Amino acid sequence: MTAAALASEGGASAGGFPLLTSCVVLPAVGALATALVSRRRPESSRLVATIFAVATAALTVAVLVAFESGEAGFQMVERATWIRDLDVSWHLGVDGISVFLVVLTGVLFPLAMLGAPPHHDDKPFHAWLLLLEAGCIGVFLALDLFLFFVMFEIVLVPMYFLISGWGYANRRYAAMKFFLYTAFGSAFMLVGLVATAVLHARGTGGDLTFDLVTIASDQGAIAPVTARWLFLAFAIAFAIKVPLFPVHTWLPDAHTEAPTAGSVILAGVMLKLGTYGFLRFGLYLFPEASAYFAPLLVTLGVIGILYGAVVATMQKDLKRLVAYSSVAHLGFIALGTFSLTTQGLQGSVLQMVNHGISTGALFLLVGMIYERRHTRQIAELRGLQKAAPVMAGVFTVVMLSSIGLPGLNGFVGEFLILLGSFLTRRWWAVVGAIGVILASLYLLWAYQRVFHGEPDEANAGFAEMRVREGLVMAPLVALIVFLGVYPKPVLDRIQPSVEALVAHVEDHSDYTEPPVATEGQRARSAAPAEEGGD
Amino acid sequence: MSFPATASAVLAVGDAVPFRSPALDWHALAPEAVLVATAVVVLLVDLFTAERNKWLASTLSGLGLLGALVPVITLAVDGNTRSLFGGAYVVDDFALVMKALFLVAGYVTILLSTDYIGEGDYWEGEYYLLVVSSVLGMTLMASARDLITIFVALELLSIPAYLLAGWRKRELTGNEAGMKYYLMGVFASAVMLYGMSLVYGGTGTTVLAGIGRQVAGSFGATPVAALGIVFVLVGFGFKVSAVPFHNWAPDTYEGAPTPITAFLSVASKAAGFVAILQLIFVAFYGRDEVYGPMMWVLAALTMTVGNLIALRQTNVVRLFAYSSVAQAGFILAPLAVAGDSPAVADDAIRAVVSYLLIYTAMNLGAFAVILAVSRKTRSGELDSWGGLFEYAPGLTVLMTAFLFALAGIPPLGGWFAKFQVFKAVLGAGGASAYILAVVVAVNSVIALYYYANLARLMWFQSVPDGDRSPVRVPAAINLALALCVAFTVATGFFPGLVGHFGDAATDLVAVALRR
Repeated sequence: MTAAALASEGGASAGGFPLLTSCVVLPAVGALATALVSRRRPESSRLVATIFAVATAALTVAVLVAFESGEAGFQMVERATWIRDLDVSWHLGVDGISVFLVVLTGVLFPLAMLGAPPHHDDKPFHAWLLLLEAGCIGVFLALDLFLFFVMFEIVLVPMYFLISGWGYANRRYAAMKFFLYTAFGSAFMLVGLVATAVLHARGTGGDLTFDLVTIASDQGAIAPVTARWLFLAFAIAFAIKVPLFPVHTWLPDAHTEAPTAGSVILAGVMLKLGTYGFLRFGLYLFPEASAYFAPLLVTLGVIGILYGAVVATMQKDLKRLVAYSSVAHLGFIALGTFSLTTQGLQGSVLQMVNHGISTGALFLLVGMIYERRHTRQIAELRGLQKAAPVMAGVFTVVMLSSIGLPGLNGFVGEFLILLGSFLTRRWWAVVGAIGVILASLYLLWAYQRVFHGEPDEANAGFAEMRVREGLVMAPLVALIVFLGVYPKPVLDRIQPSVEALVAHVEDHSDYTEPPVATEGQRARSAAPAEEGGD
Repeated sequence: MSFPATASAVLAVGDAVPFRSPALDWHALAPEAVLVATAVVVLLVDLFTAERNKWLASTLSGLGLLGALVPVITLAVDGNTRSLFGGAYVVDDFALVMKALFLVAGYVTILLSTDYIGEGDYWEGEYYLLVVSSVLGMTLMASARDLITIFVALELLSIPAYLLAGWRKRELTGNEAGMKYYLMGVFASAVMLYGMSLVYGGTGTTVLAGIGRQVAGSFGATPVAALGIVFVLVGFGFKVSAVPFHNWAPDTYEGAPTPITAFLSVASKAAGFVAILQLIFVAFYGRDEVYGPMMWVLAALTMTVGNLIALRQTNVVRLFAYSSVAQAGFILAPLAVAGDSPAVADDAIRAVVSYLLIYTAMNLGAFAVILAVSRKTRSGELDSWGGLFEYAPGLTVLMTAFLFALAGIPPLGGWFAKFQVFKAVLGAGGASAYILAVVVAVNSVIALYYYANLARLMWFQSVPDGDRSPVRVPAAINLALALCVAFTVATGFFPGLVGHFGDAATDLVAVALRR
């Protein structure tokens, strides 16, 4: 009810229809609507929730369609005052960095909902899931520090309930660990955020404001040394969310114990809240501090790549293996982000989307295996390829995309990241590249153990993929192939915003992007989509 | 004990030897007059009605509290600051906001009490008389700008509260509650009076504004002034259950009737904060190097100790006792930096007042759910809350909202309250302020643990005794719940609502700075 009132306030967008506001409000309304359905009719609550999720997906695709390629700045900006005294506003906007994350969120939620329905208490499950979606989209669209924090926190509660209510055996521990880790990070971010606004107002001599664009453009207002401390306050929150080594320890527990839909969203969308935060509230808000701390963060990223890969190799639980592979992949994204080159950043943004698709799909597949066999132990599974060839085929494509096989989406992102980071941090890139090899090691080895060989008695009756499961996987596989073969439309939309961001960092720090990067950029524009396809 | 001080105060002020009655502004005194009339009527009705008509007492006192809101509103519309009795009694916007808070909190307490007291083997008439008297003391406190008036208001609000805490006199815990609260309260009053006498001895006046001038001047620099300030504030530290003066709170909260626990943890605590605000901003503002560090230590200790002990509680009322101790720490935090600059002082008072308003709604709401649930489970143990969602989904959703509001999760009201605290503390700047902000931040995470744990119990634990019959919630508690949840949610989405009251309350600082 109150959310609807907010929506009408936010209606003053340039294009008339408040598209971005609808993307945030519609799932929230859906959560309320689902909650109001009678508890005795789980099917209708599922139906209502699915309708809202699909409608939100349609809205996010509409955002993508309305998005103008070649523009660097924020588009479809909507702004309405929320708290006048503090100059807090309902300020939404989308640029090349956020647009695909919004679409990814919109697409993954209905797929997770359809692909992994809960076993009990449908109504609260779907209501929490929709509320989670509203929060996630809100984080990607918010252009106001206050609003961003509100959305960042809203996300916590539904996920806590999803893990502790519908998760596996060790769910209570995992849910609380997840909740406290992230809340601890946000507490630091809250301190940093309020201090940023206060110090900005003091530095410019103007009124207090929480507007991201205003604060980011007044770079001189906060002394560089102070800005570094503020950056650290934000960075703690984002590093936990990503998660970067050494604050990643909540992730394996949370991912493994969460219900399948929860894992899909956790890996597919929620980890990106951290990497996105680094771009928007690290590089954009504190360019000088980002350049200053880049060596540290790049190092943590590389440690994450190697550590995640090595630990994943050792896992006996298939889901935990996928969870650790996320640590490695997110390390790549951090490496690309803090390489501070156009290619690296572009690769990072693309890889965020790729990781959402591939790892989301992997978790869905692991969930399907668990549904059939009620175990995730690699040792107890074997020869599934004989019993279910189609599922094995889908698993192969998704797994290869996760490894980064050329022709599939993962390759494009990882290639750009390694290219970009090689320009500024050569040895880090070299060490990071080893992670690609390790990824093939742990994934292929796991695949071999689970799918190859002769199925024993327990696995002989393994059921083939059902039509509905196939329909859920189909869009993800299609995206994996499409983004691998023809990433140009995506890269074209990401590129201007990323270039502007790198220029922003250059303007406000000692850092200059090495010339090869821009040279290479020009070469790329001349022969479009060269590095993607083949 | 206070007689010599009173007498000399009269002598010091009284140049005019023949006594002349001061001109009374009846409009300014109307809220208190309505409350006095209500108290008298409730007492008489109780004397002359039969046992089956005792419900009248509850209804009448509820109406009386709402009736007293009417002059508060007319005074607010009128907008003038009224000063009576030589500045000892001031009706400004700050006073009106706090009076409204006390009246509404008192009204909700009566809503919570109606069925609890009516069904129990208790004394109805006296109960409501005492609640109304205590609220009267609180409304007086909101206007008291004189040491003696503050003391009288404090005793007027505390003595009925001592009696109410021990209301379940046939139970051992009830006796413990009343006794502990009484002894601690009297001890605190004694310490405070000693401090007041030191302050009066040095300044020669009991009016806060006059003390403020002296404290800013030469007297402020003396050790006696520091000692007096510390003693007076320590006295109110007991009232707001700041660590290390909190020991009475958990036992008293557990032993008192649950509606009174709600009342003590909200209204009585708010009254303590009102007094602290008046003392700090009007009387002691010039000595921030005395009260600043003191409030810093009190705030940090209060929230940390309160939270850590709350983690280990197994009884829901004790859990809320310690959680309310911790919340007091959050409210104290802005006062640690209040002396930094006039702008920060404004922010601090805004933060404290908005926090008090929102905290009142959240905590009363949580207690309303506790009352409703314990009507069925007859237990205060946390385990008895298992599986509440299965048989009382509405109450579960409401309780979840109150819990996460208390934890400061947006977009619920409590989040804005915490945000205001952060803004005030960080606005001051400096290493000690930043450290305090981090302490606040870490503590809000610790608090999440026990709030979220209770939420998890309600949603996902199985029902302990397998009894899934629905909870019958009386109409009065439903009304209380509706009021609290509406305010908690509305302030989260439209913080301007409560921010407006916070702004109004800053006129207290204006008084301090006008000197």
